[in-house]
Amino acid sequence: MSDYLIQQIVNGLSLGSLYALVAIGFSLIYGVIRLVNFAHGDLLMIGAFMTFGLVASDMVPWAAIPLLVLAGGFAAGGLIERVAFRSISGAPMITGFIVTLSASIAIQNLALIFLGSQPRNFNFPEVFRMRLPIGGADVALIDIVIPAVTLLCALGLTTFIRRTRVGIAIRAVAENPFAAQLMGISIGRLVFLVFGLGGALAALAGLFWSGKYGQINPLMGFLPGLKAFLATIIGGVGSLPGAIAGGYILGFSEIAFVGFLPPEYSGYRDAFVFGLLILILLVRPQGLFGEAEQERA
Amino acid sequence: MLRVEDLHVDRGRTKVLQGINLSVEPGEIATLIGANGAGKTTTLMTLSGLLPIAGGRAEFRAERGPLDIGATSPVGLVRAGIIHCPEGRQIFGRLSIEENLQLGAYLSNDRDRIAQAVADIYEWFPILGERRALKAGNLSGGEQMMLAIGRALVAEPKLLLLDEPSLGLAPQITEEIFDALGKLNREKGVTMLIVEQNAMLALELADRAFVIENGRIVLTGTGKELLDDPAVFEAYLGVG
Amino acid sequence: MKRLALTPIQAFFLLVAAMGVLVLAVEASGNGYFQTFTALMLVNVMLAVSLTMTNGFTGMFSLGHPAFMTMGAYVAVLFTYPVGRKGFAMPALPEVIAQIHLPLPVAALVGGLFAALMGWLIGRLVVHLQTHYLAVATLGLIIVVQTFALNLDGFTRGGRGLTGIPREATLALIGVSTVLVIVLCWRIKHASLGRAMLAVRENEMAARCFGIDAFRLKITAFVLGAGIAGFCGALLPHVVSVMSPKSFGLILAFNLIAIIVVGGQGSILGAVIAAVFISLGSESLRMVEESTGVYGVTQVIVAVALISFLLVRPKGLFGLKEPFIRTS
Repeated sequence: MSDYLIQQIVNGLSLGSLYALVAIGFSLIYGVIRLVNFAHGDLLMIGAFMTFGLVASDMVPWAAIPLLVLAGGFAAGGLIERVAFRSISGAPMITGFIVTLSASIAIQNLALIFLGSQPRNFNFPEVFRMRLPIGGADVALIDIVIPAVTLLCALGLTTFIRRTRVGIAIRAVAENPFAAQLMGISIGRLVFLVFGLGGALAALAGLFWSGKYGQINPLMGFLPGLKAFLATIIGGVGSLPGAIAGGYILGFSEIAFVGFLPPEYSGYRDAFVFGLLILILLVRPQGLFGEAEQERA
Repeated sequence: MLRVEDLHVDRGRTKVLQGINLSVEPGEIATLIGANGAGKTTTLMTLSGLLPIAGGRAEFRAERGPLDIGATSPVGLVRAGIIHCPEGRQIFGRLSIEENLQLGAYLSNDRDRIAQAVADIYEWFPILGERRALKAGNLSGGEQMMLAIGRALVAEPKLLLLDEPSLGLAPQITEEIFDALGKLNREKGVTMLIVEQNAMLALELADRAFVIENGRIVLTGTGKELLDDPAVFEAYLGVG
Repeated sequence: MKRLALTPIQAFFLLVAAMGVLVLAVEASGNGYFQTFTALMLVNVMLAVSLTMTNGFTGMFSLGHPAFMTMGAYVAVLFTYPVGRKGFAMPALPEVIAQIHLPLPVAALVGGLFAALMGWLIGRLVVHLQTHYLAVATLGLIIVVQTFALNLDGFTRGGRGLTGIPREATLALIGVSTVLVIVLCWRIKHASLGRAMLAVRENEMAARCFGIDAFRLKITAFVLGAGIAGFCGALLPHVVSVMSPKSFGLILAFNLIAIIVVGGQGSILGAVIAAVFISLGSESLRMVEESTGVYGVTQVIVAVALISFLLVRPKGLFGLKEPFIRTS
């Protein structure tokens, strides 16, 4: 294998993992309450700025930062649920939409006010910027760490959903909230949990994003968030393995588009991504792994 | 066990229940019969805390003293032992049979007890035990009803609310289900309030029966009394 | 609404009179700031009315207006940009078009038609999508169009944007267009076409049982909305004299949604009233922003106000109704 190919595969894996981390949250939340949370991508931005703040403060040991970011993301996701979603539960789908869209706009602009519109540069410590020779290619350590951690998170979450009592309850609420209530399941608490879990993973993606690209700004969450939602749709909304697969499909296609076509096309990568989505929706409206379902009012 | 006095419930602007009075004693099977839209399902949903009470009172005599249903959350009522087996079965089709049954005991932390309760259900309904890993959506209507009842029983109900257990089932299957309910009541002492459109079956089984019409209880008696009542016969049993 | 109930004809004359007074008064004031603000406000009215038709009448949830505006704007500017400077700013432009100069009303119509055509091509693919998919697909469309505008720099000057676009969008032109757009949407709503659209919005399955072709109606609403958006997009650079790929983006899409939600999705007069008030409100907030130097406050306030508004009046000010006017 040529080192160029290896490099592209690593890039695809790494970018796909970031999309997958964000997509998991989209999918979980949609699966449970049939709501597209437009503010979800902004949690990536929040995670990135938390990382930035923690690194800059130089007060916490390195190993603790990911844990703090996860916890912060959980809190931020839960806060969005409490403030924006809880108040309108039971309202029509379009209302839910508009509320999360408003929440996203509010978060972005609050970040602009308090964090400033200038992009900030920052670097992870030397260790994480190490490069490894793999099969002749020179691969950044972080591009290996990202897929590895993503894999762990995905496995952990899947096991949680499949095996534990709370996981079964989450699936029950997703399928039939009315009957789930009759089992004594408190839907409000589960919804909070799901927003929190999604937020934690999105914030972790933000940490990785800032480490990989070294630059952050208050609007950075929008496009990756939107693309992660595409990944969710590609995989089939509400399906966890689908969201993960969708993330990687998107990541690899994007890298392939940029890496193997003449450079004058690379500016069109975002257009290509959305074209891909429309194509997939035309062929399989329920996504690649999703089950066809009726839209609930 | 259950005492309902002058219960009023609205759904939107419609006053569905306009003064329901009924009571169920421990160990009995009570039934609430009536036509479509009379307020049967609304009554059960109110008793499990899913609809707010607009007037009157519903009280559940639990071991730990009386419980005001209107002031208790749905989760609190499940915890107290009021278990609602809803209309149309509402099993979780994408979950396995085993997972469905485990959800019945969602509020319990006693793993051994849950395992025992689930094993009991498999003994009652062996067909469920044979297919425990199967997705519940693949079961037939009658088997789904068994699963719905089993799921409710795992919760160890003090009072089991059953909404139209015969709905959509073949007559023979319906009879089997009602036989099972009678047996559960005799052998396990489960108190039940059954809402039914199939009045004949329900009255044959019930110790106590209430006839509901336009949101009011119009007739009360033992199951046998109502079966023999010509007015009831005319209105609900008919020639069918 | 018994006390004030105009017939549609009376309302039409009132609208024309009010528009005439507004345009003349603002023109007479000679104040450039007022003129620009009024022009932007009226364009917002047109955008909101057309979006309340696309989304409100049919129950779709499209966020795509800014995409069609961008298309309309760039296409119109191809024909209105000073001929002498086209060679420098748009080197890729074919010689035939480079020589043409069209008056703005014609160029804006060309831009609107182009957007409508694109709306037809894209609408065929997306209008059948479920609510949230359509929202994301049209949000994606904004990104796609921006990407093309950025990369086709032989026509658009890419990220540097086009400057020195002639300020040909007079208030009179915008005022007349606004009246026409309002009348058009009003006529559609109260004709059988509009009633069929509203039936689709309430219950698509039932509407189809009555032989209503839901797909065709949604396409119609989508294409009309795209065309009007393209037309409005074509006017705007001729008000402010600049155009860049990011001129019309997510924030604009959101603000338009805010307007039609506040007005009541499907209410034309609601959209007009909400557009006027939200334009006035955000303009005054923007002045506060500029004097304090804290940018972003306006959007936060609009977003929070919208959430609060939805809590109190989920159906907007007027729902589907048209206040003050007898409709039947």
